[in-house]
Amino acid sequence: MKTLLVAESREGKLQTGISDLIAFSKKVDAESAMFLVGSETDLPKFEGTLYLADSAKYGEYNPDVHKQLLLETIGRIEPDMVIFCHSSYGWDLAPRLAHALQAAQISEVVDIIDELPVVPVCNSKLRRKVSPNTHITVLTLQAGAFSLTDEPTVFPTIEKISTNATGKIEFTGYEYTEQGGVDLTKASVIVSAGRGIGKPENIAVVARLAKALRGEYGASRPVVDAEWAEHNRQVGTTGQTVSPKLYVACGISGAIQHLAGMKKSEFVVAINTDRDAPIGDIADVLVVADLKQFIPVLTEKIEAL
Amino acid sequence: MHILVCIKQVPDMESKFKVNGEGNWYDGADLASRMNEYDEYAVEQAVQLKEQTGGDLTVLCIGPERVKETMKKALAMGCDRGIHVADDESFKKDPFSIASIIAEHARTKSYDMIFTGMQSQDRGSAQVGVLVAEILGIPCATTIVSFVFSNGKITVKRELEGGIRAVVNVPVSSLVTCQLGLNAPRYPTLPNIMKAKKKELLSIPVADLLNVSARQETKALFFPEKKGGGLILEGDITESADRLIKILKEKTAVLA
Repeated sequence: MKTLLVAESREGKLQTGISDLIAFSKKVDAESAMFLVGSETDLPKFEGTLYLADSAKYGEYNPDVHKQLLLETIGRIEPDMVIFCHSSYGWDLAPRLAHALQAAQISEVVDIIDELPVVPVCNSKLRRKVSPNTHITVLTLQAGAFSLTDEPTVFPTIEKISTNATGKIEFTGYEYTEQGGVDLTKASVIVSAGRGIGKPENIAVVARLAKALRGEYGASRPVVDAEWAEHNRQVGTTGQTVSPKLYVACGISGAIQHLAGMKKSEFVVAINTDRDAPIGDIADVLVVADLKQFIPVLTEKIEAL
Repeated sequence: MHILVCIKQVPDMESKFKVNGEGNWYDGADLASRMNEYDEYAVEQAVQLKEQTGGDLTVLCIGPERVKETMKKALAMGCDRGIHVADDESFKKDPFSIASIIAEHARTKSYDMIFTGMQSQDRGSAQVGVLVAEILGIPCATTIVSFVFSNGKITVKRELEGGIRAVVNVPVSSLVTCQLGLNAPRYPTLPNIMKAKKKELLSIPVADLLNVSARQETKALFFPEKKGGGLILEGDITESADRLIKILKEKTAVLA
């Protein structure tokens, strides 16, 4: 079994998830090589060969160019599996590569059971075991599903790769969301509002509990998308990653993107009407209740302490 | 512009799911259905583009007879006609088969723009849109949170991790996959719901459009092991609040 692990770099800096790729490869007991369009000034630690294309020459992510560079590498090493992180880079590039290779792509793998990849279904309420029918398989891995006990300590052997391919779409630059205002990463208590709060007025209910606990209020993506809370209060992959002493998730079902942003919290309380919501899997305490009734009662009791 | 938007009907994610008799999918019979949330943003953006440029907008959906209900919502939001690809076993089809069906439809229609959601809420592969574009050989940008058409040029913003967006220009005759928050999907008004009933909704048997074999299959569908094992408080809310405060005092320092 041979795997090609696809690392990602942005603006010359390695992105997270590389150790997940190595951990997966170890779990399936594969011989592995790594691929990166990146910079020699920030290389991953990896025991093996790194097929490196210089990002100074190839620029920031361009799907057609990266696909050609990958095909070039795959032609040289003939892997059985090509492994990506299930990130904005992975889910954009993996299907393009799978199509070029006429390969099955299996997305957001969380486990391997009986040598077959397992993926989440319906917001992680179910799992699906998938069997590929093709000789080469492309996989993307859910962030954090595979973790490494011993990080590699050596740098890889480098093989340079190149292509003349050009892209069909034109990248013109990055845009950074404005910082400033509240800094959730410094809060020791965060009370977050999810879709289950129902209407914007209920932000105040959540904010009052946060205040009673001397913390800040946060929000999940749907609440920020609906403009009920500002983006700097968003917890999750596309917002803040937080690790407070106490995290209270109110009406948050627990999509993986949200969990990724708060699972390092020391103590998690979830308040939800759905007993089976995935947030229950990581909560220390799950209160099954209508938050609109429960939170005011809880807040008054805490305020009276 | 000649525009296509592809949508999927999915179960309400709050549903109580049951595994079907074959053990390879969930039992859909008693579940409430709705439009895949990501697709609502795709429909809204497609309708806005049609309103801006004129032309016509087709909505395509693959599935059994019941998906027509979801298609009617898209028609009421402003799509002009529906193509229903009739398939009682669409739930078994892998992303490549689904993408091939859509591409086979689009191949002869020369759409100027195709919109899809960035993923479905049930399977969540995030593959179908990209595969349609690759099969058709057209440019594709994924996970867009902004779409502007101006002076014949399309500029989109792709959402990356950590609050960063990539600004990308794509030519006309592209496909984009839409992320949550791209726009504010409209609610169909009653007059538009009435008008939608008169719009063309054509059913095509899936066999007319499917000419590839699946590249993967589902071997089993099952419930994950509950790993949390956290304490569950339910019943009387005053009692739950008291117990929660006691736990917070014991296990955390936040009430000290």
